[in-house]
Amino acid sequence: MIRPIATTREATGMPTGRLAVWWVIASEIVIFGGVLGSYIMHRLGHPEWANQSVHTNTWAGAFNTFVLLTSSLCAVLAHQAAEAKDGKKAAKFLMFTVLGGLVFLIVKSFEWSHEIHAGYTLTSNTFWSFYYTAAGLHGLHVIAGMIIMLFVAADARHNRELQRVENIGIYWHFVDVVWIFLFPLLYIAK
Amino acid sequence: MSAEAHAHGHADGHGHHGHGHHDEGFIKKYLWSTDHKMIGFQYMFTGMAMALLGGFTVYAFRMQLAFPGISVPGYGRVTATDYNALVTTHGSVMIFWVAMPVLIAALGNYLIPLMIGCDDMVFPRLNRLSYQIFLISAIVLIASFYVDGGAFGGAWTSYPPLSAKAEFSLTPKGSTLWLLAVALEFVAFLLGGINFVTTVMNSRAPGMKMFDVPIVVWMIIIASILFMASVGPLVAGAVMLLFDQQLGTGFFDPAKGGDPVLWQHLFWFFGHPEVYVVLLPAMGIVAEIITVFSRKKLFAYKTVLYTAIGTGVLSFFVWAHHQFIAGIDPRMANIFSVTTLLISIPVAEMCFVYIATLYGGSIRLTTPMLWALAFIGEFLLGGVTGIFLGASGADIYFHDTYFVIAHFHYTFFPIAFIAVFAAVTYWFPKMFGKHMNDTLGKMHFWGTIISFNFIFIPLFVLGARGDHRRIYDYRHFPDLMKPGMQDLRILATVALLVLLAFQVVFLANFIYSLFKGRKAEANPWNANTLEWHAPSPPPHGNFPEGLPTVHRGPYEYSHPDRQDDFWPQHLAGDARSAQS
Amino acid sequence: MSDTAHAPATADHGAGHGAGHGGGGHAHTNYVKIWGILLALLVVSVLGPMLEIRVVTLITAFGIAVVKAYIVVKYFMHIGIEKKYVGYLLATMIALMVLMVGGISPDVLKHDGARWENVAAKKVVTEGQAKGADHGDAHGKTPEAAPAAH
Repeated sequence: MIRPIATTREATGMPTGRLAVWWVIASEIVIFGGVLGSYIMHRLGHPEWANQSVHTNTWAGAFNTFVLLTSSLCAVLAHQAAEAKDGKKAAKFLMFTVLGGLVFLIVKSFEWSHEIHAGYTLTSNTFWSFYYTAAGLHGLHVIAGMIIMLFVAADARHNRELQRVENIGIYWHFVDVVWIFLFPLLYIAK
Repeated sequence: MSAEAHAHGHADGHGHHGHGHHDEGFIKKYLWSTDHKMIGFQYMFTGMAMALLGGFTVYAFRMQLAFPGISVPGYGRVTATDYNALVTTHGSVMIFWVAMPVLIAALGNYLIPLMIGCDDMVFPRLNRLSYQIFLISAIVLIASFYVDGGAFGGAWTSYPPLSAKAEFSLTPKGSTLWLLAVALEFVAFLLGGINFVTTVMNSRAPGMKMFDVPIVVWMIIIASILFMASVGPLVAGAVMLLFDQQLGTGFFDPAKGGDPVLWQHLFWFFGHPEVYVVLLPAMGIVAEIITVFSRKKLFAYKTVLYTAIGTGVLSFFVWAHHQFIAGIDPRMANIFSVTTLLISIPVAEMCFVYIATLYGGSIRLTTPMLWALAFIGEFLLGGVTGIFLGASGADIYFHDTYFVIAHFHYTFFPIAFIAVFAAVTYWFPKMFGKHMNDTLGKMHFWGTIISFNFIFIPLFVLGARGDHRRIYDYRHFPDLMKPGMQDLRILATVALLVLLAFQVVFLANFIYSLFKGRKAEANPWNANTLEWHAPSPPPHGNFPEGLPTVHRGPYEYSHPDRQDDFWPQHLAGDARSAQS
Repeated sequence: MSDTAHAPATADHGAGHGAGHGGGGHAHTNYVKIWGILLALLVVSVLGPMLEIRVVTLITAFGIAVVKAYIVVKYFMHIGIEKKYVGYLLATMIALMVLMVGGISPDVLKHDGARWENVAAKKVVTEGQAKGADHGDAHGKTPEAAPAAH
């Protein structure tokens, strides 16, 4: 495809790709806001959910927070490398970020299978419905981010489209921020 | 062409665009195109096709209401389940698959790059993807008619428990497909909206400042942002409802610790801004048309702009007026009554600005101008009747009657049809390089406007007499069969038949003009905005002579120092030196 | 917003935010140090709630979540040196969510009001609390979903 001139203009002084990522994040805030807002209202109205939430695994959640924070660090280091026009290094850090996402998902799958075996399924209580829905929605974003990051890394390795390293990084940090709020909401508030 | 090869300013576009005419295959050109104009047409024709579906459903269920139990020609007997599905489909299709795609996606795609003077959207492939998702969503919706239990019949608002439990809605698969279709449609418009907003922010022609952007582009952008900001909670709600339907969760089931009122809130938190999502582009279209055809500068450009932004902000504070009788907290109802009445101020202000624009202009009653003027008048009626419904005290009486239906259609019909007809008749020469037939156009106009009023004024009367909506056969309700009531229903239905018949005139005119119409020059209306600088129809890349540079605002009509009564945005120089 | 004259910068966006902002301002940010701070905050947010004092839990769990999010947004997403309207945009979206929760919670969060009572929700709460008192049995109201523990 020929890239239209429109794509190369930047009347706002911000590259179009990054501008679009901010708009994506803006629209994601309200999606997660809808789930989390609904959850918070229900949670406050249902004190008995405390009896359910004690069964979440705080340590798994904390470890996953650690993993995501670390992957965010890798994403920002990738951005730093991309700024220095070091595509190889940027790609390497992006792969570390993807690895972080992978570890996150593996921990999550162990955690979930343990909980499902213990009888806490999507339908056993509305607390668990919210638990799986919110974390599942977040997990989908992790997966999407990983897939995009693989493509970006493949380009970055050859020093192509290096501005995308920053863009996917911003998105990844956003996914991290969502988890930062999910963690206390789902795991710590007992 | 590589990004690096390009530099801004005069070099912009030269030499890059001449070669848009090499032969492309049919699929590449019409179905797999990344050209914003083609994608706009795809949205427009899909929207028109869906409008036929929406029109057919209303024909079937209005016939049932006027002549209960008859075999409707072309449909057959309407059963109670059919009736629910038809009503639901009519509502969903007309809003999500007609008003949204035509007003925002089709016109936005077609007009934005042309009006801001660039060659395409900033993300052409994203644009194509957005249409493809939209098309799939339309197919999913239509498919829901053919599954077990038929199409969803729980109204376009899809309140649980009716929508959440198959034992209530009797459409175990139809309701899920409906939800899926709506969710896909939201994804399509989120992608499209992000594309629109970034395009306008970043790709305006050199020299085009914020206040040189035509109002219709501003309106589409504000609408896209409103959509983006309001749809999130409903997307979340749709996932929750989907789980309730298919997996047996209880998000909206009080017996499991959920709350059905939550869905209503999530729905209307989106649903009310949605009204302004479609209203604002319609208002923008009207602004373009009345300035051109009254040969006068838009009265108070900035006021219109700030008013539109204010409307958008306020639209987030009014949603619960749809739920006054849903058991919401009465104190909240008071607050929402006040905000609802407040929002009529900015909208009325826009109407006044348009009327002030007409004042002292040299008005030309062309077909698009007639539509634009009709929009102001008819929408005003819709807005005024909304006052009754926005006040919680009166709404308790009017809620769920045909008064609501009539009010709603007095706002949405002008938005989704009158403004769209205005836009199509106005931009048709640009889109297809041909003029539409004016006689047929005026015939269509008068036939539509008169019959439209004959449909909905009777419904106002019926609603005020207590006629409840969503009733399949009024013969079971003696209170609603008092003398004259059935006559009014028949009158509305007959007027509907007339209205539908007149749309044939439009379609005939459209197809005839497409092939046999008088050839249109580049700027047949002597308008100022950039799209009229491009040839009719614009080639791939839009501006073969190079992308334009902007020197002034979009509404410089009848400038006293100029011989011509218009002053295109792209012409350089001051009034005296630039006479053509 | 109107100035497009500097567009040739397109080729090196990778170099960050152009000369207008940043320009090395964040290039020297020590990201590893910020990561260390985030981890320390994480530890606090896990340990704090273990004291089981309500106020401490709220502050350590949610207060620190806000701080962590702020640090990530500021130092990793570089919102501080981004165009101002981006921050306003994100803040507006969050404000809308606050508005949404504020508008909905009188109906959903509360289970009774001046002239109404959400009987079903109250029943669920009482039943849930009675069950929870046993041995932290989690299996809610749908017995078929709780095969393992019985």
